[in-house]
Amino acid sequence: MNTSLHELGLLATAAALAKKEVSAVELATALLDRAAQVEPKLNSLTWQERDVVLAAAREADTARAKGDTRPWLGVPLAVKDVLSVNGQPCTAGSKMLRNYVAPYDATVIARLRAAGCVFVARTNTDEFAMGGSTATSCFGPTRNPWSPARVPGGSSGGSAAAVAARLAPAALGTDTSGSIRQPAAFCGVTGFKPTYGRVSRQGCVANASSLDQIGPLARSVEDAAALYQAIAGVDPLDSTTSPRPVGGVLAAAQQARDLKGLKLGVPREYFIAELAPELAQLTRAAIDQCAALGAEIVEVSLPHVSASLPCYAVLGSAEASASLARYDGMRYGLRVDAPELMEMYDRTRAAGFGDEVKRRLLFGTLVLTSRYHADFYLRAQKVRTLIRQDFLQAFTACDALLGPVTLTPPPRLDAAPDSASARQWGDYCTAGVNLAGICALSVPCGFTADGLPAGLHVVGPAFQDELVLRIGAAYQHATDWHQRAPTGLE
Amino acid sequence: MNPAEKSDPVDVRYVAGLARLALTDAEAAAYQHDLAQMLAFAAQLRQVDVANVPPLQVLTEAQSAWREDVPAPGLSREAALQNAPLVRHGQFVAPKVVE
Repeated sequence: MNTSLHELGLLATAAALAKKEVSAVELATALLDRAAQVEPKLNSLTWQERDVVLAAAREADTARAKGDTRPWLGVPLAVKDVLSVNGQPCTAGSKMLRNYVAPYDATVIARLRAAGCVFVARTNTDEFAMGGSTATSCFGPTRNPWSPARVPGGSSGGSAAAVAARLAPAALGTDTSGSIRQPAAFCGVTGFKPTYGRVSRQGCVANASSLDQIGPLARSVEDAAALYQAIAGVDPLDSTTSPRPVGGVLAAAQQARDLKGLKLGVPREYFIAELAPELAQLTRAAIDQCAALGAEIVEVSLPHVSASLPCYAVLGSAEASASLARYDGMRYGLRVDAPELMEMYDRTRAAGFGDEVKRRLLFGTLVLTSRYHADFYLRAQKVRTLIRQDFLQAFTACDALLGPVTLTPPPRLDAAPDSASARQWGDYCTAGVNLAGICALSVPCGFTADGLPAGLHVVGPAFQDELVLRIGAAYQHATDWHQRAPTGLE
Repeated sequence: MNPAEKSDPVDVRYVAGLARLALTDAEAAAYQHDLAQMLAFAAQLRQVDVANVPPLQVLTEAQSAWREDVPAPGLSREAALQNAPLVRHGQFVAPKVVE
């Protein structure tokens, strides 16, 4: 069994551990060996220490031997390098935090730790989660497991690549404008961005706080639902979390077999000229599959989709500029010494932040100055209202939306994925979801002729997370795209 | 005339000062160009009719959230200082701020 332990998904891993078919140490060893084999090609992890991981796994095995039956005991997870795990580095892919070691657990980590999880690796990210390629990390770019010349997407590209390459059964990521769903689509895994307010961000390195949300990347919707259910729910340490009960999301996903009685809307604005014909075709085929499962398909309109990217560029950068103000070289992180305080700030931040982060920091600062505030920042907030209203209007005609996650397959790493054109188109289908605060899922829905994965976007109203996961689970029950694995990584 | 027209370039040094970011001359020139590009991109928002549209500033339903008023341990001094760039006598050390 040992040779294929890394193939087990999240729930399968938990079940194998519970039945004592495998020990946590055996599992961890298999994943560590797998990583040693494929990481030279992928660079999806920013930290993994064999001794630390094995010690945690041994602890889980000892607890089980003493009668501990916690459901996630010994289950290995990878964590995006923006979420604090006590005692592990938390770098956000930035020179600024290159030597930072988290002194506490993020709320999501505390919940998973209490359930018995073993945190086996930290995954690469665009610096401060700002990017769509994982190429802006200070650890260098991560490669796409399906085609190492291409990007895995981002910013949770390390998590998506690690899950696709079988370095962990599942991982946590964060999504500010598409950073879970876009890499999930590019790497052929399942990624879920929960409703804003569903998952606590306490202990998460902030990018843009009115948009950021933590969510799972996994090999199936059921695995993603299980991980989501374990981290979701109100947290007194994050005042934006909702007290609404999370419910039995996993059970609902596990029971999903068809889509009868559901009306699913297809926004015509997603099928624009910039959408690669192959992806349009794969998306249409997936929508047909949903119809075959019993859903009624209706066309809907989101008139302000094209405004979502400039809207995000303004609001995301403005919020990021505020989030980054804390990096002052004083209490943690890099410091470049200078005789005067202000000069110390200026030099520290110049040395600690990378190019893309500086660009957003400057732009965010600019649109918040009195000269530009009304014309850009305030206007973007008004456009955000319209974008949200579009979704609310669409959901009066249907239960959820279907469409593509990305406009193109993963670009080549040398094609400057964070160029102006990426800014213009990169998160076209995904950013509106964050601006509206709703939930969305990316599920694998096929491959291009070149063997590159594509994702189906399932978008639901706020707090209809269970519905979205149910739709994705029914789709996966009828398809096997999510079971394909990249080859030739060894 | 709109205040953000191209004819009136961005003062990148002023913005970098507000953002507390030292820039080399080469960086200043590059970001000057990038900021102009980004402003032009964001200016697409002017095509949207936002008359009488309220700004969306708060997404959550909660009005204000209160935690239970119970004492709980915070970070130990050791943990709080473990990532500090410079520590003396169990405290963060800052450059001199008064003359």
